[in-house]
Amino acid sequence: MIRDITIGQYYPAQSRIHSLDPRVKIVCTLLFLVSLFIQNSLLGYVCATVFLGMVIHLSNVPLKYILKGLKPIVILLLFTVVMNLFLTRGGGTLEHFWIFTITEEGLRTSVFMAVRLMYLVAGSSIMTFTTSPNGLTDGMEKLLHPLNKVNVPVHEVAMMMSIALRFIPILLEETDKIMKAQMARGADFESGNIIQRAKAMVPILVPLFVSAFRRANDLALAMEARCYHGGEGRTKMKPLKYHGRDRAAYTLTLLYVVIIFVVGRFVPFKLWIF
Amino acid sequence: MSITLEHVNYVYSPGTAYEKQALKDVSFEIPQGQFVGIIGHTGSGKSTLIQHLNGLVKATSGRILYEGKNIYDNDYDMRKLRSQVGLVFQYPEYQLFEVDVLTDVCFGPKNQGFSPEECEKNAREALELVGFPEKYYKQSPFELSGGQKRRAAIAGVLAMKPKVLILDEPTAGLDPKGRDEILDQIEKLHRETGMTVVLVSHSMEDVARYVDRIIVMNHGEKMLDGTPREVFRHYRELEKVGLAAPQVTYVMHDLKAHGFEVDPDATTIEEAADEIMKAFRGKEGALA
Amino acid sequence: MDMIHAEQLVYEYDKRDEEGNVIGTNRAIDGVNIDVPQGSFVAVLGHNGSGKSTLAKHMNAILVPTGGTMWVDGRDTKDPEELWNVRQTAGMVFQNPDNQIIGTVVEEDVGFGPENLGVPTDEIWKRVEESLRSVGMIEYRKASPNKLSGGQKQRVAIAGVIAMEPKCIVLDEPTAMLDPNGRREVIRAVEKLRKEKKVTVILITHYMEEVIAADQVFVMDEGHIVMHGTPREIFSRVDELKSYRMDVPQVTMLAEELRKRGLDVPRGILRREELVEALCRLR
Repeated sequence: MIRDITIGQYYPAQSRIHSLDPRVKIVCTLLFLVSLFIQNSLLGYVCATVFLGMVIHLSNVPLKYILKGLKPIVILLLFTVVMNLFLTRGGGTLEHFWIFTITEEGLRTSVFMAVRLMYLVAGSSIMTFTTSPNGLTDGMEKLLHPLNKVNVPVHEVAMMMSIALRFIPILLEETDKIMKAQMARGADFESGNIIQRAKAMVPILVPLFVSAFRRANDLALAMEARCYHGGEGRTKMKPLKYHGRDRAAYTLTLLYVVIIFVVGRFVPFKLWIF
Repeated sequence: MSITLEHVNYVYSPGTAYEKQALKDVSFEIPQGQFVGIIGHTGSGKSTLIQHLNGLVKATSGRILYEGKNIYDNDYDMRKLRSQVGLVFQYPEYQLFEVDVLTDVCFGPKNQGFSPEECEKNAREALELVGFPEKYYKQSPFELSGGQKRRAAIAGVLAMKPKVLILDEPTAGLDPKGRDEILDQIEKLHRETGMTVVLVSHSMEDVARYVDRIIVMNHGEKMLDGTPREVFRHYRELEKVGLAAPQVTYVMHDLKAHGFEVDPDATTIEEAADEIMKAFRGKEGALA
Repeated sequence: MDMIHAEQLVYEYDKRDEEGNVIGTNRAIDGVNIDVPQGSFVAVLGHNGSGKSTLAKHMNAILVPTGGTMWVDGRDTKDPEELWNVRQTAGMVFQNPDNQIIGTVVEEDVGFGPENLGVPTDEIWKRVEESLRSVGMIEYRKASPNKLSGGQKQRVAIAGVIAMEPKCIVLDEPTAMLDPNGRREVIRAVEKLRKEKKVTVILITHYMEEVIAADQVFVMDEGHIVMHGTPREIFSRVDELKSYRMDVPQVTMLAEELRKRGLDVPRGILRREELVEALCRLR
């Protein structure tokens, strides 16, 4: 159940995507996300699909694993589809029953929105799947380094993020365990109205917070014991350096953005309503 | 009045990359009133197994009968099962959450639907059963020592008046005296109330000392099942799967190999000492 | 010279009531004197709450004494100038394997300490590889710590300390949360390190079997050191040990039981071969 959440987890493997510089992956992911919003046409989505498909293929992360990562957004996805399907008006009417009307524009928007949402999540999870959280924070730290000049504690924030990512699976597992332990004491999380259900969470949340604080305390001690004293004077085991492949990745992504922009906006191509 | 498992299989995360058969065709019966030990290394399926006994995890196939009734029947009252088969998880103190110990122990009976007075009565009885000192009843559970926390948490399950008590590594993390105290308390509880007790443990010495019967799990299968003497006789097979017999059993085997007339199946210090003394008495004059 | 040297060490902390007002002080450590020679293996036994973990934290300057002095490799831990040197000299491994691994990939975690020390990149890689090799975890270098067993996680934690090239390792109940196999793995890794790297080892534990190979054993109770000697000396005082909530290995207990029943078995038997041999002699 809870353990199935894969968003934000690292998938250790050897691949061309894994070996890219994290900065490349962060910037290119952002570019990909932007690319989804600068167009809204069938050809544009074809471009995005081809690009995403290629990246997934190169990343050696099983497609099944990525699809599983979409599970938590299913409700959001359904909500978006339903809202757009019934509330967007425009174009000819496709179907009409009772108070609901599905229009061509409604169907079009809801399909595109659903695809856009899924690609947003899939695109960003590819980044987290192929970049170790340490790499990710290193990348962020380096990219945001200029902010240090205006007194933003970039290193500290990056470190905090990295630790949070490491402890997510541990705390999820712990939640699962506490839930089971309280169920063994007769706790009921499934029935009752919303207030009763919220109250039923107390026996889970209190132990979880206590444990999270204890872990935080232990971890702080362990870090100090290993001479951690902030970013100053620290060296890197894996310093970031751009290689040929990173430049190639930048080039390809930029090329993709240009193509999707041109094709999505200026090539008139329509299939039925899409 | 027993728990029966019939050909229980459990597959973890079926259809994914992490698919794993955690239990394979496990069958056994635990009669009411028995003190059973379950041993096996980490990942042998023993934790999954005990979560089946009170219905927290549902078997992929096979049947589990409690008092003759199939717990997977549609009209079976799962919550009643959970109050009759009490399960104490490893490090149970991490489930404490209330403002004071007594209120926390009341959580179980409250969920069973008892009145506040009955809850408190049951809670007090449970705390007494685990030997929890009364002066700490009103103290925050987070301020107790490790051993007392553990007792409070076990009482939290006992307050539901279960007929079966399952404990997953109840001594983990405690110091030697704390370990003995908790186990002695559980033994006393078993003796005085006639409750069925299932003890999951890593310590062969502890298991040998307290239980009537041992079930050995390995790779999700029941590997051995019998009295401590019968099970530890297979010490070489146990070693192959990363387990061992109690130290004294090895001493007895060594002595036997050196020509002593001893029964090598002794599993506790008392039994071993009795055997060795017998062997020496056989030869007059050896006693100083 | 002594690696660790403490004189009249005292550690007090405030006792507070529910509103947070100070209502008195607790003494977690009360006048402890301890000497640990360079390269030796010292075990500290004591029940939960005896002060042994507090003592361990002084060896790494996580805590500084409120009275008396603690020297680590000749450095006073109270001296703020020496803080990082002390921590590098005496590396520390903690009880909970999950709460001390910072990296999300094994090798990155091992590299964390050297990174903090400002070791050059090439050197970090060398150290990471060597330390993972020395604890037998090299084949897991790319793995995620969450997928490892408890014993493996603790070995990674040990490698993380070794990579900082300390002269001394303090292990604060490293096996308390492990199963017997995990415990064996960790103890074996520590013994190997001692032989190969000649580091001083201080092991805090309450598993009696783990201290048999120690050069000296200290037993703590209520912030005091109440027993001190070789394992054999300590384990021959069974009743005294029990009074401090400790135990003895089962073989020692059996020997003691036989002695009580009139067999002339020597005191302080630690291993099963010794007991068998002693009994053979008596025959």
